[in-house]
Amino acid sequence: MTEGAAKITIRDLEISFGANHVLRGVDLDLNAGKSLVVIGASGSGKSVLLKCILGILRPDRGSIVLDGENILRMSERQRMRKTAQIGMLFQGAALFDSLKVWENVAFRLLYGERKATKIARRRAIECLGKVGLAPEVGELFPSALSGGMQKRVALARAIAAGPDVLFFDEPTTGLDPITADVINSLIIEQVRALGATAISITHDMISARKIADEVAMIHEGRIVWRGSASDLDTTDNPMVRQFVEGRADGPIKMKMRKT
Amino acid sequence: MNLVAATGRGTLATIREVGKISIFAAKGAFAWLSGPMYWRALGSAALRIGFNSLPVVGLTAIFTGAALALNIWDGSLRFNAETFLPQILGVSITRELGPVLAALMISGRSSSAMAAELGAMRVSEQIDAMRTLDVDPFKYLVSPRVLAATLMLPLLVLVADIIGIYGGYLVAVHLLDFAGPVYIRNIADFLTRDDIVSGLIKAGVFGFLLSIMGCYYGYTSRGGAEGVGSATRAAVVASAVLILASNYLMTSLFVHV
Repeated sequence: MTEGAAKITIRDLEISFGANHVLRGVDLDLNAGKSLVVIGASGSGKSVLLKCILGILRPDRGSIVLDGENILRMSERQRMRKTAQIGMLFQGAALFDSLKVWENVAFRLLYGERKATKIARRRAIECLGKVGLAPEVGELFPSALSGGMQKRVALARAIAAGPDVLFFDEPTTGLDPITADVINSLIIEQVRALGATAISITHDMISARKIADEVAMIHEGRIVWRGSASDLDTTDNPMVRQFVEGRADGPIKMKMRKT
Repeated sequence: MNLVAATGRGTLATIREVGKISIFAAKGAFAWLSGPMYWRALGSAALRIGFNSLPVVGLTAIFTGAALALNIWDGSLRFNAETFLPQILGVSITRELGPVLAALMISGRSSSAMAAELGAMRVSEQIDAMRTLDVDPFKYLVSPRVLAATLMLPLLVLVADIIGIYGGYLVAVHLLDFAGPVYIRNIADFLTRDDIVSGLIKAGVFGFLLSIMGCYYGYTSRGGAEGVGSATRAAVVASAVLILASNYLMTSLFVHV
């Protein structure tokens, strides 16, 4: 897909869990080849938004158009095939404990595309190299890796099949600043190398400024602001200001029980 | 009024849960038919449920056979029928105690493990990750476990039958002065093919039920470590109850009262 064409278009997306209305009409457009970072307070619906696009959660209403096709009108199987073009790095890495690192990276090739073990292994080692990990790491189990290495393996797994859309769910959470910067650099490098369209979710403003072409802020299930990464420091939107400055006082109120 | 409403809500919730489990069970039983079959996952599940459970099943069977021999001997002495000990023991083990006790032990060992494993995968987003990697988690995680348990339980029960009868043999020959060859011949002459086959059919059904319960509660678990704990507990309790209830149903079908 050429850069600039609409890759993902979301309209009026709503989802509730019981009485909890998490998304209340999200509208979002993202052009091919762009990197969008979604910021917002915990519980504002960021991860739910990604899971709706991935087909893991079924929205109550609205539309999600990926490459011109509304995935919510597809059957389960068609939706799985369509969203398989999206690579995802999960917040906790979500590596399969019972498989070696290389098998994690090659999982889709081995079990989704039924590639020969030799080919899948070679590709896994290649992807581990792209995120700066030695081939020997492939023989370890995920439990033997540090948090930063697990994130790198998860990134290698996300890019292994050469997806044209990449999602990153809090890629730097729980990492020290140096490792977080390494992950940010790897994200930029791999998104560029693949020419992919990316959506990242983060609370980490350093990460947001580094990896974003554009930033959107979600609050109470709606997109309340959108601008370029440089606009983050100049906007007078009070919610963005409060979030960027990390202040407890402001229009975003944390729900606290009164004593 | 509140009592009526609460009863109604409880009934509806139960019906909904039974419906969900039934759909899950049907998917678990047939999902592998539409392919692909993950042979490595099936082999690994078969090894864990079958081969790795042999020690616990063997120990259960040998002690049950030994205790059963003592009980039959003591009871049958009251009407001078102690010579029928081998026959009664053989029927009891193959039709009832072998399949039921082996299944209960596997339920405690494997159903709980399935619930804990899938539950941990659910809460750590590994199941969601699998979906994004173009692999249907149901076919990769659930179907192989269900198929492996359904196939392995009859084999385990066959082993349990042999070891249970041997446990009875040890007691009968070494404590109760039965002649070894007579004990063996009496059982061999008395047992019919139906005695053994009915126990193996029960075992297959028990394997299916305990794996469905383990997978269902694990796959649908929510809420972190506490959710995984609840899923494990629910899987073991539900599978034990289903094993005992279905045992009665199947026995009543086989016995033709």
